[in-house]
Amino acid sequence: MTMNDPEQAIVAIDDPIVQMEDLCLYYGQAQALFDLTFDIPRHQVTALIGPSGCGKSTFIRCINRMNDLIDGLSTTGSINLDGVNIFDRAVDVIDLRRRVGMVFQKSNPFPKSIYENVIFGMRIGGVSEKPILDETVEKSLRRAALWDEVKDRLHDSAMGLSGGQMQRLCIARAIAVSPEVILMDEPCSALDPRSTAHIEDLIRDLNGEYTIIIVTHNMQQASRISDYTAFLYEGELIEFGHTKKVFTVPVKKATEDYITGRFG
Amino acid sequence: MKNKFWQNGEPFVWGTGAALTLILLLTFYLLFIIFKNGIAVYWPCPLVLFDMEDGSSYLGEVVKDNEYDNKLRHQVKIANRDLYSLDFKWIDASAISQKSTPKDATVLERDEYGNFHGFLSSLNLPNLSVKDGVLWPRFTAALAALAPDTAKIEDIQDELKRLNYRLERLDLKIAKRTYDGEVGTPVLLDLMKKKESLHHDFDLLVARLASLEAKLLKNTALFKDATGQEQVIPLASIVRAYRPNDMSVFAKAFIYLDKVWELFFAEPRESNTEGGLFPAIFGTIILIFIMSILSFPLGVLAGIYLREYAKEGFLVRLVRIAVNNLAGIPSIVYGIFGLAFFVYGIGSSIDQLFFPQYLPAPTFGTGGILWASLTLGLLTVPVVIVATEEALGAIPSGLRESSFALGSTKFQTLTRILLPMASPGIMTGFILAMARAAGEVAPLMITGVVKLAPSLPLDANFPFFHLDRKFMHLGFHIYDIGFQSPNVEAAKPMVFVTTLLLLGIVILMTSSAIVLRNKMKKKFAVTH
Repeated sequence: MTMNDPEQAIVAIDDPIVQMEDLCLYYGQAQALFDLTFDIPRHQVTALIGPSGCGKSTFIRCINRMNDLIDGLSTTGSINLDGVNIFDRAVDVIDLRRRVGMVFQKSNPFPKSIYENVIFGMRIGGVSEKPILDETVEKSLRRAALWDEVKDRLHDSAMGLSGGQMQRLCIARAIAVSPEVILMDEPCSALDPRSTAHIEDLIRDLNGEYTIIIVTHNMQQASRISDYTAFLYEGELIEFGHTKKVFTVPVKKATEDYITGRFG
Repeated sequence: MKNKFWQNGEPFVWGTGAALTLILLLTFYLLFIIFKNGIAVYWPCPLVLFDMEDGSSYLGEVVKDNEYDNKLRHQVKIANRDLYSLDFKWIDASAISQKSTPKDATVLERDEYGNFHGFLSSLNLPNLSVKDGVLWPRFTAALAALAPDTAKIEDIQDELKRLNYRLERLDLKIAKRTYDGEVGTPVLLDLMKKKESLHHDFDLLVARLASLEAKLLKNTALFKDATGQEQVIPLASIVRAYRPNDMSVFAKAFIYLDKVWELFFAEPRESNTEGGLFPAIFGTIILIFIMSILSFPLGVLAGIYLREYAKEGFLVRLVRIAVNNLAGIPSIVYGIFGLAFFVYGIGSSIDQLFFPQYLPAPTFGTGGILWASLTLGLLTVPVVIVATEEALGAIPSGLRESSFALGSTKFQTLTRILLPMASPGIMTGFILAMARAAGEVAPLMITGVVKLAPSLPLDANFPFFHLDRKFMHLGFHIYDIGFQSPNVEAAKPMVFVTTLLLLGIVILMTSSAIVLRNKMKKKFAVTH
């Protein structure tokens, strides 16, 4: 895979919120990401696609520095969030994670009540006024399209919810701290089609208000819900552009092969 | 077909089931033995009068029968140690001419020489006004009439104890001032005066006690044993009197409950073979309590550090191996360590620093409940560490990640998510630790347990908690009365009772911890 024609394969963004510059990542000696340079558009949905092990998850975990938790992992290059390099010493990682929320592949509500799950981020941020918390719970659950299903049992354990409801609760939990960017790491891969449709509706609904970066293995899903699509292959960014364009007239042969299911 | 039988692992399944059954059987048999022997100890047995062919007779409780040389013989508790010097006798069934259970056969529990078996013959009550009448009711009425005086005696004894304690403390104060070089200062003289007046009070009380006791001792009962030998027994020395051959089930049940009450709340008598176990029960519980306060937080904190903060590597692995091995060290080794480090090391240093005036009499430089608790704490801390580590490690990593992703610090994640979730697992470790500590005897024997402690580690005398005091313990009690008592045969029932009690306390403590754990489990369960 040579880097011919980068101009054409990777489009520029007018109003970026996250900007990658020569982002490289190493597990010890082994390099996992190679010189990623592209911009994520503000208040739009960007899908990351690519075969398993291409570095999609590793990449989005860089944006909220979740990778800090892994020993022996190092990065070079930079990720700018609103023009500030998040790897800078002056950046507080706690603060960063409040601005960049995350929803994981496996829904993982805390073994607490639904209410406590939603306000977890606010509680650890030191908010304890009940009216504010109540309001946040309702707003976030409504935003995550879960309010009507759980409003009568807010103080029941979140463990009693179904898989799809749990995942929406996790989204509500992420929204509750009003992040600017929400990272989603295959949020639907463990869900049935009905729950998946719910989440997709939700993502479309959040579009325009939050910047969403979503990793997915499902091509249809990427084309249905995203405005922009990035195709990663073996740690390199092959193509990045409008979803419509990437899925209909991809620039790179590899992209076309992957999308049409010839490999991956 | 045969091949398939082996392949399906049918014999293996049978093997696993058999192993479990064997373990259960052994456990239940153990519990059965303890229960059977322990639960019936206090039930009044009938007194059997054996008239032998050689003309001798014995009055006693049949303890057990066995065959010797193809001849049946009974082991009979004949009591009356002061008369026969033996409590038990083997009686050949073939040599018995007549067996009977006379209704007026009486069991006396005394505060000396063990029980007395015999027949009430006459009463001598110079100091008691009891109505004339039938002998036995008069006797019981006389015993009841003694109660106010015995209560008075107990009060005086308590008062003497208190005075004694105050005298001791005064002595120590004077010793300290003298040690500091004071001679004839007003404070010192004042203390001396106080001491003198206390001594005066003490002597007065002793005299009062002696006269009361002398007065009480004049009230006696004349008993005859099976052979007609007479014995004068002061009423004051009788703890309990009953006629088992002439009692309804309810009357027996009353005696039984009375004795159980005594077991729980009274002091031991007769070098621990009779009476209550209160000091031992109390000592055991306090010991486990202090041990828990010490080892639980220490173990949990160490476990948290090992799992959450320590950087995984050679050193951490080494520490982990060491901790795991620590749990397997024989407990007597901990005892020796406790003796060397806590008692002789720290204890002696404390004495030299804070109580030099009392030396060479040690204060903390000798075995005591604090050092025993610390030693047990050391013994159980590895269990808590391992349990904490495992409980933390079992929490799905996704929960940590989502907590971090919401902007929580490591500390917040730990306190709000991980520790609550790990708490059932930590509790399990704690229960195991507690059970282990409750059953340990060896390390206690050299760090402060005694067969008879004059005072409890917790009492009404300031500063209430006396961590330097020696204490009694049920486990040690079993060893002591079962193997160290002068009259092992007579102590045997007590061994079973003590075992039953220790078992009961362990079960009570662990099951309450289990209830607590299940509540936590319900609260923090993760369904995935």
